[in-house]
Amino acid sequence: MIDLVIIGGGPAGMSAAIAAYEAGIHNLLILERDEKLGGILQQCIHNGFGLHKFGEELTGPEYASRYEKRVQELNIPVKLNTMVLDITEDKVITATNAEDGIFTIPAKAIILAMGCRERSKGALSIPGHRPAGIFSAGTAQKFVNMKGYMPGREVVILGSGDIGLIMARRMTLEGATIKAVCELMPYSGGLARNIEQCLNDFNIPLRLSHTVVNIHGKERLTGVTIAKVDQRRKPIPETEEYIPCDTLLLSVGLIPENELSKSAGISLDGITGGAKVDQNRQTSASGIFSCGNVLHVHDLVDFVSDEAEIAGKSASLYIQKGLAQNVDIKLVPAGKVRYTVPQRITSEEEDVRIFFRVSDVVKNAVIRIEKDGKLLSEKKKIRVAPGEMESLLLSAEDVKGAKEITISLEGEQ
Amino acid sequence: MKRTLTCIVCPLGCTLEAEVTNGSVHVTGNTCKRGVAYAESECIAPKRVVTSTVRSQSGKLVPVKTDSPIPKEKISECMKQINAASCDLPISIGDVIIEDIFGSNIVATANVPI
Repeated sequence: MIDLVIIGGGPAGMSAAIAAYEAGIHNLLILERDEKLGGILQQCIHNGFGLHKFGEELTGPEYASRYEKRVQELNIPVKLNTMVLDITEDKVITATNAEDGIFTIPAKAIILAMGCRERSKGALSIPGHRPAGIFSAGTAQKFVNMKGYMPGREVVILGSGDIGLIMARRMTLEGATIKAVCELMPYSGGLARNIEQCLNDFNIPLRLSHTVVNIHGKERLTGVTIAKVDQRRKPIPETEEYIPCDTLLLSVGLIPENELSKSAGISLDGITGGAKVDQNRQTSASGIFSCGNVLHVHDLVDFVSDEAEIAGKSASLYIQKGLAQNVDIKLVPAGKVRYTVPQRITSEEEDVRIFFRVSDVVKNAVIRIEKDGKLLSEKKKIRVAPGEMESLLLSAEDVKGAKEITISLEGEQ
Repeated sequence: MKRTLTCIVCPLGCTLEAEVTNGSVHVTGNTCKRGVAYAESECIAPKRVVTSTVRSQSGKLVPVKTDSPIPKEKISECMKQINAASCDLPISIGDVIIEDIFGSNIVATANVPI
């Protein structure tokens, strides 16, 4: 029996493991399917990580290495090249690797830190053939930054998420021409600074309210047809435009990777795609915790590390003396608030920071917190956007005696 | 002349208004001091950190960066030098791969074993 097993050795898994170790859990194990710790940060060679956690601008590998070093200093056991096949609600893990074959580990607690994956072309249903030259932006990033292959020379990018923007710059630096970045929505899902330093710096056009409506080429991509979309996001036929290119990158969203959570019968949130959790990041299965991008997709790795620390500390408390769960307060998103994490609160003893995302760009926004239908407080914000996670603090006082706390947001479009 | 800039110093991405008069820059819209410094540099001599990879002798890629921002107009020249460079493994974070180009060093950003 192992006290705590952490599934995934990326930023969330490492941070959770370190926090649990420092809280006194020394019989623990990280399972990682890659040959190295660090997760997706290994291929994110650009800078911009760590301003919150370390007060300096690090690249992805540098950020990961700070945590990897700490994991090594603490002698936290890690099994690399290990794929977890199944977890059960009573916390038995089945995994496999070349050395141990297929093996099972019963654990007192589990932290899920498997991260997310990219939405694929299949999930988008663009008509046309299936020629070579279509990649998710993250796959292209792995080819360029880790394998040293250029996926193509003339590129169109669909979706203006941060990975797509970062790849527009990266492939430009390596000699490719980025013909356009098309974004279905009237605003970019990426950070403003990435629009500036990845597109504007290189005069790459951002075509808002545009999408790819057709794919051309049989063996290799020869071009794409793009079109403007109307307010209902339907393509307008007379605006169709052919762009010759040999590569199409898709940067159209990330999906938390929760197959294992499902096999453990954990209840998932239909909006986040991750587990429903309480303020301890405990899922519906007792002793199974979730953090990082497998819980909900984050904008910044710094916030992933913070969240994983909460999960790590909570898991150690659970193992050492159990978690106090004396209430069950539902958090209800309303108006332009799409979701909240956590989704419920199980203790009235502590202040809880609530993270949430909005459904639209809203100016002069008013965030309202209601306790069982009565207004508790109002907060103003000049601008909120779906690409930027928001947060607010609920004090123990606010929470006391509530059955339901509603968080809503309204404002100008 | 008035310019509208997006600050790239941190993920907040503040919209800055910068007015240059007689070589001095007046900045509004910033949330912190770093925004002022960014706008001044952006109006007078814009700079960027460049990140890329260097292929080691064995073929493995080593991620690298300029250890300080370099003039924006030197980015493509900097990339040419990075692509022409090579290094031996093992390499550690912070090891200098190219010394002093455009006032910066090209340093490794990962530990890469042999």
